Amino acid sequence: MSAWETVIGLEIHAQLATRSKIFSGAATAYGAAPNTQACLVDLGYPGVLPVLNAEAVRMAVRFGLAIGARIARQSVFARKNYFYPDLPKGYQISQYELPIVAAGSIDIVLEDGSVKRIGVTRAHLEEDAGKSLHEGLGALTGIDLNRAGTPLIEIVSEPEMRSAKEAVAYMKKVHTLVRYLEICDGNMQEGSFRCDANVSVRPLGSDQFGTRAEIKNINSFRYVEKAIQYEVARQIELIESGGKVIQETRLYDPDRGETRSMRSKEEANDYRYFPDPDLLPLELDEADIEAIRAGLPELPDAKASRFVSQYGLSAYDAGVLTASRDLADYYEAVVHAVPQQPKLAANWVMGDLAAVLNKEGLEIGSGRLPAERLAGLLVRIADQTLSGKLAKEVFESMWSSGQSADAVIEAKGLKQITDTSAIEQAIEAVMAKNPAQLAEYRGGKDKLFGFFVGQVMKATQGKANPAQLNDLLKKKLSG
Amino acid sequence: MIHRQTLSQLAAALRARKVSSVELVRTYLARIEASQPALNAFVSITAEHALAAAEAADRALAAGRGGPLEGVPIGHKDLFCTAGVRTTCGSRMLENFVSPYDATVVTRLRAAGAVMLGKLNMDEFAMGSSNETSHFGPVRNPWNTALVPGGSSGGSAAAVAARLLPAATATDTGGSIRQPAAFCGITGIKPTYGRVSRYGMIAFASSLDQGGVLAASAEDAAWLLREMAGFDPRDSTSVDAPVPDYPAGLDAPLAGMKIGLLKEFFDTGLDPQYERCVREALAVFERLGATLCEVSLPNISLSVPVYYVVAPAECSSNLARYDGVRFGHRCADARDLQDLYKRSRSEGFGAEVKRRIMTGTYVLSAGYYDAYYLKAQRARRLISAEFARAFGEVDLLMGPTTPTVAFALGAKTADPITMYLNDIYTIGANLAGLPAMSIPCGFAAGLPAGLQIIGPHFAEQRLLQAAHRYQLETDWHVRLPEQYA
Repeated sequence: MSAWETVIGLEIHAQLATRSKIFSGAATAYGAAPNTQACLVDLGYPGVLPVLNAEAVRMAVRFGLAIGARIARQSVFARKNYFYPDLPKGYQISQYELPIVAAGSIDIVLEDGSVKRIGVTRAHLEEDAGKSLHEGLGALTGIDLNRAGTPLIEIVSEPEMRSAKEAVAYMKKVHTLVRYLEICDGNMQEGSFRCDANVSVRPLGSDQFGTRAEIKNINSFRYVEKAIQYEVARQIELIESGGKVIQETRLYDPDRGETRSMRSKEEANDYRYFPDPDLLPLELDEADIEAIRAGLPELPDAKASRFVSQYGLSAYDAGVLTASRDLADYYEAVVHAVPQQPKLAANWVMGDLAAVLNKEGLEIGSGRLPAERLAGLLVRIADQTLSGKLAKEVFESMWSSGQSADAVIEAKGLKQITDTSAIEQAIEAVMAKNPAQLAEYRGGKDKLFGFFVGQVMKATQGKANPAQLNDLLKKKLSG
Repeated sequence: MIHRQTLSQLAAALRARKVSSVELVRTYLARIEASQPALNAFVSITAEHALAAAEAADRALAAGRGGPLEGVPIGHKDLFCTAGVRTTCGSRMLENFVSPYDATVVTRLRAAGAVMLGKLNMDEFAMGSSNETSHFGPVRNPWNTALVPGGSSGGSAAAVAARLLPAATATDTGGSIRQPAAFCGITGIKPTYGRVSRYGMIAFASSLDQGGVLAASAEDAAWLLREMAGFDPRDSTSVDAPVPDYPAGLDAPLAGMKIGLLKEFFDTGLDPQYERCVREALAVFERLGATLCEVSLPNISLSVPVYYVVAPAECSSNLARYDGVRFGHRCADARDLQDLYKRSRSEGFGAEVKRRIMTGTYVLSAGYYDAYYLKAQRARRLISAEFARAFGEVDLLMGPTTPTVAFALGAKTADPITMYLNDIYTIGANLAGLPAMSIPCGFAAGLPAGLQIIGPHFAEQRLLQAAHRYQLETDWHVRLPEQYA
């Protein structure tokens, strides 16, 4: 049995978050009643003409600049011709030979922590198609053209990923990027962000590409991973059993966890691309591009390095905290309130807060626990009002009641005891109650120290400041 | 005799309240009804709409309001979408299609006060040079009903020639305004590509289609074009440049104007009597102070082959939307999706449209694209460059509009190539996006001949001025077919 290398390239379709469609004034909002957001242009009525949405262009340029790509000074819209009921004009307006974004790259972090650069061949603007509806219509098929004409940017990678995990890391990175840039809502369930994966295998060490299969329309990170894994295994098994991979389009069936053939290359459409005569070539000058560049936000990679240098975080933590702009902004708002405690803030944001959000299926931006409020808790930890254990209790209360840390501490009387004499009194009472243990300890049984800590904590309902308690207890016990 | 007045005279008479719009509309409607069996110029006659609009125009005029064309009757070629009135494009495919919106040209002319009397017959989807491809039957030439009126704007041309209307809208993709203007002895102008909005003008070949005017004179064409032209944000190919007051510039003298004779247009295939008409017209321009010289466009002979690659390519894609799903003809009892597509399109389109869809599909196909489409685009640029060079030397180019006068119905239907060659002189202006006119310049064997005038981009004013000065010296444009005089 020989060793195989996997070769993966992704084509990601991200719906651009414009309010209106790419070539018409109809709204793009998701979830409206069928065909209520399709105007005559979207319906492909006789005589109508497309007019390019400038905002979609701006968004595509933002993406191009963010991946360090060359922005085409002139790009051309082309017609991709094929018949399908959800494609009203009988052609899709896309970009073919001259896309708006050419040759950029995206860095991903591999499992071993190393960074790999994935080339982006191109990114182009195009319009989405409508949808066919099969449910609740009996033997009929319904057509909903609300999505027809929604702007998309198709991001085509080089075939430079070598495992399903790399593919997922790349897809996640693009997902992070488009949301940072505020050009796509990233909603994968609604289909705002989806991908096609080109997968092939070749003997390790070969410099020839194997025959690839294209897995269409995968709309979750998990499915991308599973679909690719399945496809790689299928291809290897096929080749090793003497078969040949054929170039074809396949669909991933998440219920069965397998890919299935949709159509072979021979059955594929000849799309007869040609420049759309209804649209002039799109011209961008230096000033247009620079104006867009000036409006770019701090990007995830730059933000992560800043978090490392400014807050002393590990590269891993910085990576986690910059995975979304909302998360990074939240973290920075917390740090702003407790500037001396960036690591404590990171731990809480990535730990307890992430856990409850995850449990309740909420986003960081949900507003359930505003950054200032979490910061209020951290202030009380930093000034030793709360021990770590108490802090967790306060946090839970804050989460469920929506109160501030101070209000919870006040109401529950959870304030840590830092008064030396009060702690001493408690220690003395415990010592008095446990003479036998005291004698043993003093006789050299150091392990009993923990017993005394536990007893004092119990007596103070856990409120004794642990550090102070340690010091005082040591002093007292040693007589 | 109302129908012998020009559009500009009618507009003035209406404004002076010497005639009412209702009166005009009734007069023309009667002429239309009477002519319909012989000429078949109209697909739809909108008498009720027209009378209501005329009454409104009369009220506006009485109140001293109204646009420059208030109350003037016109007709639209049946590929300009009109809300509430069916727009057929001369096709079974759109036999019952009622557009939910108005084309920009329709909106603008209505805003100027023009009253639409109906929709004019045309070659199916504007594909044809004889008006014989219409699903609604051929239009006949008012000078001789055994002859074709030309196409594709045959209904518009026949209607104006027979004064069923003072003027009409039309479109020109390869000569569809100029050729029928020549065959019917009237004035037609195809403006610069981008001058008139294509929004709502059902597309044949988007990079060549341009809306324009068929009228009785250059002056009338100027009146109509002024209202139709101008930037439209709904058409990305429309040009954002100010529209001159065309009628105001008509009287400027031609002294010193340099006119180039298109050498290749006189070389081959031109009917000798037709040529004599054109040469006599050129002599008139000389008398008016213009100087003549010969200009050669060596690659102009490529026009027809280039056109018959580019136009079908665009049409094959433009007509893909007629699939029986959302509007237009749908076959009965479709078994499945493929059956729906195949039969709806097979039944809905006529032979010439199918021929061009197939040609266009072929030239765009993998393996043929470079050899046909790309090569044609290169040749197109070459032709444009030759025109540009010519306009570095002359102000206008002139020549015949067609090689012959109108031919008989059925004479060329069996051989598409001879039909296509009829547009040999007109296609160049479309390929280069140039403004071009045809004006009547005499009679060859008793039938009208047309002088073609081509100008540089956005030189409509100059074209109209030259045509108008010529028409002040000649009376070819006021001659009418006996039966409609």
